[in-house]
Amino acid sequence: MLTALPRTSFDKIWDFHCVGQRADGRDLLYIDRHVLHELHAHHAFAELQKQQRKVHRPDLTFAVQDHTVATKPGRDDDTNPTGTAFIKAMREGCRNNGIRLFDIDDPEQGISHVVAPELGIVLPGATHAVPDSHASTVGGLGAIAFGCGTSELAHILVTQVMALRRPKRMRVRLDGALGAHVNAKDVALRLIAELGVAGARGHVVEYAGAAARGMLVEQRMTLCNLNIEMGGRSGFVAPDRATFAWLAGRPYAPQGAAWDRALAYWRTLQSDDDAVFDREVVLDCAGLEPQITWGTDPSQVVGISGRVPEPAAVDPTRRAAAESAFAYMGLKPGTPLAGLPVNRVFIGSCTNSRLPDLQTAAAVVRGRRVAEGVVAMVVPGSSSVKREAEAAGLDRVFRDAGFFWGESGCSMCAGGNGDRGQPGERCVSTTNRNFENRQGPKVRTHLASPATAAATAIAGRIADVRQLLAGAA
Amino acid sequence: MQPFTAHTGIAAPLLKDDINTDQIAPVMHSRSLKEDYKAMLFYRARQREDGSEDSDFVLNKPQFRNAGILVTGQNFGAGSSRESAVWSMLANGIRVIVAKSFADIYRENCLQNGVLPVVLGPQDADGFIARIVAADGAAPFTVDLVTQRISGPGGPDIAFEIAAADRTRLLEGLDDIGMTLKHMDEIVGWERRAAAAQPWLQTTRDSR
Ligand code: SF4
Repeated sequence: MLTALPRTSFDKIWDFHCVGQRADGRDLLYIDRHVLHELHAHHAFAELQKQQRKVHRPDLTFAVQDHTVATKPGRDDDTNPTGTAFIKAMREGCRNNGIRLFDIDDPEQGISHVVAPELGIVLPGATHAVPDSHASTVGGLGAIAFGCGTSELAHILVTQVMALRRPKRMRVRLDGALGAHVNAKDVALRLIAELGVAGARGHVVEYAGAAARGMLVEQRMTLCNLNIEMGGRSGFVAPDRATFAWLAGRPYAPQGAAWDRALAYWRTLQSDDDAVFDREVVLDCAGLEPQITWGTDPSQVVGISGRVPEPAAVDPTRRAAAESAFAYMGLKPGTPLAGLPVNRVFIGSCTNSRLPDLQTAAAVVRGRRVAEGVVAMVVPGSSSVKREAEAAGLDRVFRDAGFFWGESGCSMCAGGNGDRGQPGERCVSTTNRNFENRQGPKVRTHLASPATAAATAIAGRIADVRQLLAGAA
Repeated sequence: MQPFTAHTGIAAPLLKDDINTDQIAPVMHSRSLKEDYKAMLFYRARQREDGSEDSDFVLNKPQFRNAGILVTGQNFGAGSSRESAVWSMLANGIRVIVAKSFADIYRENCLQNGVLPVVLGPQDADGFIARIVAADGAAPFTVDLVTQRISGPGGPDIAFEIAAADRTRLLEGLDDIGMTLKHMDEIVGWERRAAAAQPWLQTTRDSR
């Protein structure tokens, strides 16, 4: 009898979804779930109309309003005037093409990468595409997701496939157990620091090991969300019991006999023991402290007790980038990160806006007050997360402490809805990019976990959450 | 898509690594569905704090204003998937980007729009950069996709590699959707098989 060659989890999913090969040698990869957002979809709708082409599978396509929606309570289409045209074009495009839209006032509106998993729209072993580079967030459920451009978006609408070359396989083994108040965000930032912003380019990354297994599904999503910040094509955690327990009963997940059958299949999706990866990396997570960025790309990271590096300690090829980051961030080499005064704290984005993120932050904030002069915001990743948080009283905890509690959307992640900082402000943010001007012209962004962000809001300075909480004990 | 065979133009040096799409095509203050992609390209880098033009930025220098070839470092186009970061190149007449490496999604977006992404190895890249810096916009370079060569002042032709299929697609200006539509029978056949093997993938229903 022939024995099948050992395969990685990724290859099992790819092989199943490979429809055929195009004349140019690219694989046609079937996309099970396609989720659009208003910032990029209108171009594709216009293109389809011009070419008189139809959406092949509107039933496998979903849409959200997330990038440009205002977060102010009582918001509508016009609250953020620069978003109005996008929101309306999205509505019209979805209506004309028969696509289910989670509109601005839908009880399940939110950021695509938050909404699709929580409704069970994305499933383990499924392929997924979003015209947004953080598509791989849903890899936390064991799905393979690709961010795409606008032309590719139109391509998927018409054909339901992506034309891709099979990426290489990489496995990141996360060993050890995470310490108290250290979570997936810290692990991801450390990894990007070690591997660099292009460290996973061309690869699909499987996150494995005890620390990945020990994470909540939401934490796995945070980990996979940041995969693109080290250049990875996609990233995922192979589905396991935690995944299945998380997914069971979600509205769009299979039910009853279909669920049992799906489950039996999903259990076969682990990488085989002898499967070969093009690259393997190991990170020991035991002893990892909370991490924070000091510079203007997500690899410029130190532990919370660390200092802005001396130029001599920076890899020579990265020195020029470091020098320009010092200038932009207004930091001198050797400055300790902890203790730097901040103007703003933002908790939200597809990286860190799910319920456990808000619970972690609320646990730090409870009974305390945001420091004088600090503007602090919490923006839930979806309207469902917002409702659940409110049911648990978290909104009160934040509002009593002086946080703004907003309606769900991308908000200050990229400032597409007008939520931005003022020039020169220093902001600790749970988002994914600390690029220059991303959160507003000249805003200085430090990326960190929700726990670190919450502690910083209370202290008014970049703070080690472990010390803040120890001080209270 | 506009076919690409060869392009002759001024080559502008933007010698940094990791230039991201937020820098290439910043989110503009006033947004509309029909954005001004010409103005968008490096909108922030082109300006000083007071809003006046920064004459030190390479594309603002008189000799590089009409550059058709952009030469840059590692990991060009990192960050967001926004295709405006390629459309803004086209709107400014830039048809070729020569880099030491590209971010994956950005490179795909180039191929979709008839912009040629050329990757040179470190030695060739450094040699080429020295030549375009020396030329300082006074004489053009030609990037020929048919012969896979870059020619211009200051030295011999430089050969470059590109996947044969990507080359054909650019040379013929092939329509990506059109190429895939030839496989529609296979796609529909796959859907039928998947509906039997993993039915939950081929339906979406809110169970409530
Ligand atoms: S939260 Fe930020 S990264 Fe995530 S989808 Fe929105 S804009 Fe993109």
